[in-house]
Amino acid sequence: MPQILAPGTKAPDFTLAVTADQKLSLSELRGQPVVLAFYPADWSPVCGDQMAFYNEILPEFQKHKAELMGISVDGVWCHAAFAEARHLHFPLLADFEPKGAVARKYGVYRENDGICERALFVIDKNGTIAWSYCSPIAVNPGADGILQALEALPK
Amino acid sequence: MSELKIPVGAGDHIQGDPQAAITLVEYGDYECPHCGAAYPIVKRVQRHFGKRMRFVFRNFPLVQAHPNAQSAAEAAEFAATQGKFWEMHDGIYENQRELSMDFLLRLGEKLGLDGRALAKALKNEEFAEKVRADFLGGVRSGVNGTPTFFINNHRHDGPFDYGDLVESIERVGG
Repeated sequence: MPQILAPGTKAPDFTLAVTADQKLSLSELRGQPVVLAFYPADWSPVCGDQMAFYNEILPEFQKHKAELMGISVDGVWCHAAFAEARHLHFPLLADFEPKGAVARKYGVYRENDGICERALFVIDKNGTIAWSYCSPIAVNPGADGILQALEALPK
Repeated sequence: MSELKIPVGAGDHIQGDPQAAITLVEYGDYECPHCGAAYPIVKRVQRHFGKRMRFVFRNFPLVQAHPNAQSAAEAAEFAATQGKFWEMHDGIYENQRELSMDFLLRLGEKLGLDGRALAKALKNEEFAEKVRADFLGGVRSGVNGTPTFFINNHRHDGPFDYGDLVESIERVGG
């Protein structure tokens, strides 16, 4: 079993597609906290859906000037349709080619299923992992852990 | 894992015996179909446990997904100030498909509330802060969607059919 990267580890940099013609690198966000939410797949059932839920909490993350990003192995067009259907106001990154490469670097890829874990990382403004958590795949982890981690960051 | 961080208190809407050994807290959204499905189940669970359990409802409107959820929550809070919280709560869930601003005002009048005061309260978002406080307290406690239930402060994970809830309540608080 791969291990989820622990607090204190430098967050591995990556560059992934946000839309068909736009890429985003983690290093571009240096200077502000980043919440990285790995999730298994777009289009899981409605109200309990983790990304739609974070969409509701977004103002709380923004109070900490934190940038939230969802990440799964789905492709950009799938993400685009999903984000539109759920009215998501934050980016979804496509860990699509090579499939799951970033999830592997963070120790949250499920080899047998071909998807990533439901795993959360709070990365501080210097690019170091401040908190990480891997939820049982069927349990939406909510946002309490993320908010506690953001509050604990040095100002 | 997740625990209720905001203790049940005077600001809450509580049904049942204050001394009950079991407290079931629901964080719910009036427009969420899953909450609508849970509504009759909770009633059955209440009947099953009788005096052994009290039930608390807190607001958790998912406003990005449900355009009427916030107004509905505020309308119920308004009704609470006139002693009609549960009548409003039940009236909305029993007619969930009709939920609209118009429906809320009609329901208010049916319950004998001051219609103009209700319309004004909704327009001026007089109860928005109370609803937001419920929401934020829920986020702190690990609410992860609607409905989320807490049984004696422990989050209930997994399905919420009648059997699941009864079993979970028996295990935690019975």
